[in-house]
Amino acid sequence: MERLQNPFAGMPPLPDQRIADPSAHRGVALQGVSKRFGPKVVLDECDLLIHKGETLVIIGRSGEGKSVLLKHIVRLLDPDQGHIWIEGQEVTSLGRKPLMELRKKFGFLFQGAALFDSMKICQNVGLMLEEHTDWTEDRIRSRACECLAQVGLEAAEDKLPSELSGGMKKRAGLARAIVMNPQYILYDEPTTGLDPISSDAINDLILKLQHELGVTSIVVTHDMQSAFKIADRIAMLSRGKVVYTGTVEEVQQTDHPMVRQFIEGSARGPLGAF
Amino acid sequence: MTAIFANLGRSVMQALASAGRGTLLLRSILFQIPYAWRMRREVLEQMHIVSVGSMPLVIVTSVFVGAVTAVQAVYQMQAYVPMKFLGVVISKSVFIELGPVLIALVVGSRLCANYAAELGTMKVTEQLDAMVIMAIDPVRYLAMPRFLAAVLMIPVITIFANAIAVFGGYVASVLTLDVTSGTFIEGLRMFFKLSDLMGGLIKSFIFGGIIAMSGCFFGFNTEGGAEGVGKATMTAVVGSCLSVLVADYLLAIILFQIVFKG
Repeated sequence: MERLQNPFAGMPPLPDQRIADPSAHRGVALQGVSKRFGPKVVLDECDLLIHKGETLVIIGRSGEGKSVLLKHIVRLLDPDQGHIWIEGQEVTSLGRKPLMELRKKFGFLFQGAALFDSMKICQNVGLMLEEHTDWTEDRIRSRACECLAQVGLEAAEDKLPSELSGGMKKRAGLARAIVMNPQYILYDEPTTGLDPISSDAINDLILKLQHELGVTSIVVTHDMQSAFKIADRIAMLSRGKVVYTGTVEEVQQTDHPMVRQFIEGSARGPLGAF
Repeated sequence: MTAIFANLGRSVMQALASAGRGTLLLRSILFQIPYAWRMRREVLEQMHIVSVGSMPLVIVTSVFVGAVTAVQAVYQMQAYVPMKFLGVVISKSVFIELGPVLIALVVGSRLCANYAAELGTMKVTEQLDAMVIMAIDPVRYLAMPRFLAAVLMIPVITIFANAIAVFGGYVASVLTLDVTSGTFIEGLRMFFKLSDLMGGLIKSFIFGGIIAMSGCFFGFNTEGGAEGVGKATMTAVVGSCLSVLVADYLLAIILFQIVFKG
């Protein structure tokens, strides 16, 4: 088992993210979540609280388990141990139907957008409505167009995903994520692979959706510029645990060695270079 | 020596685990069939891909299967068996064996590769995950329509293939093998049994299920990137062809030694 001895020796104590009664927590609570793939421990008794209505940005080096953590929240992955609570509901033991109902409250923007490449953009955005409502085709199309307009993609409704640029795909993915008016939106590396201008446009879009829809957002990124712009709170994940949480100002001023090394992009420090 | 047994044991365990997962997938697909009407657009789309999309392949394969059967039959019957039996030899070979099996191998490989590559690409590009998060069951949306299309349309294609193969045999016999049209048709009608045709179609129905299951199973279980999709596609096609041949033997025993005997 690949597990470092005393990985946090000499580091400040881990933030207290444990609560006595997670069933009373309004939002998302991960308590003692562990996950390993073969011998590699990805999440190690990880605790994290996400409050209703906030935008929490999870930062950390590549391969530290940020996306894995995100996928646990919507049960794309099941934890080896630990519990995940969403609005007081323990999700790790949910049956198929309640889980499907719970997932309808979520929107998810994948790193590569994960648009269905055999469908036009409009069909991609409207698919969830087609499956979960008894709306007419016209009404579904109209709602899909409305969402596409919110992300500035009015002209792309009849295009295939292969005809769009990377930034446009992400925007289309975002339109698909908001079509059912979700209460939670999860973003997996929303700005990765985009040029700085497109990245900023995506950040603005995330902020706009925050203000317009008032959703709870969980954003995984290692783009600090993006994190500082959109976050209410930032959590840092390292070696399977949340090692730091704080507001943008607190993160900018902290002397936590791991956080400092990460935000300064230094190859020297407790996180190592490779 | 220990390593050999360890590897053997591991392979057996993996094969059993795959068989178990395949059975669970089949069960999930069967449970989704009541939603077929709701998913009729996807089902019809897949039926179109199976039938219309395969037609050029079916026509070319069947014409030459019929023609080569006629040539081989004439070669073997010369001086031993009267030529009036040529029609019956061709029709029985085609209806019972060649039609269902060759269509399952040729059209099945095409379909299986299509299913495995499409679903495998969706898996590695997180499209299946996206579907799950959208509370849409990939088995209902993707696997069930493909399964239903294959089990319904492979027998229909086989009927076409049988007719075209017999016609191919007739043309080859009359034009190149000095067999008269009357002799061929007399032979064709002489020993025709509906059970031969039905037996072949029952086989096609089951082969359709095997083809769809193989494509969907290996597609859903694709891992890695482009290499993984290639590997899944190859495994699906090989698995489908081998399963069809094994199932053909078992079905031949069940259908022609037990069910339609006498």
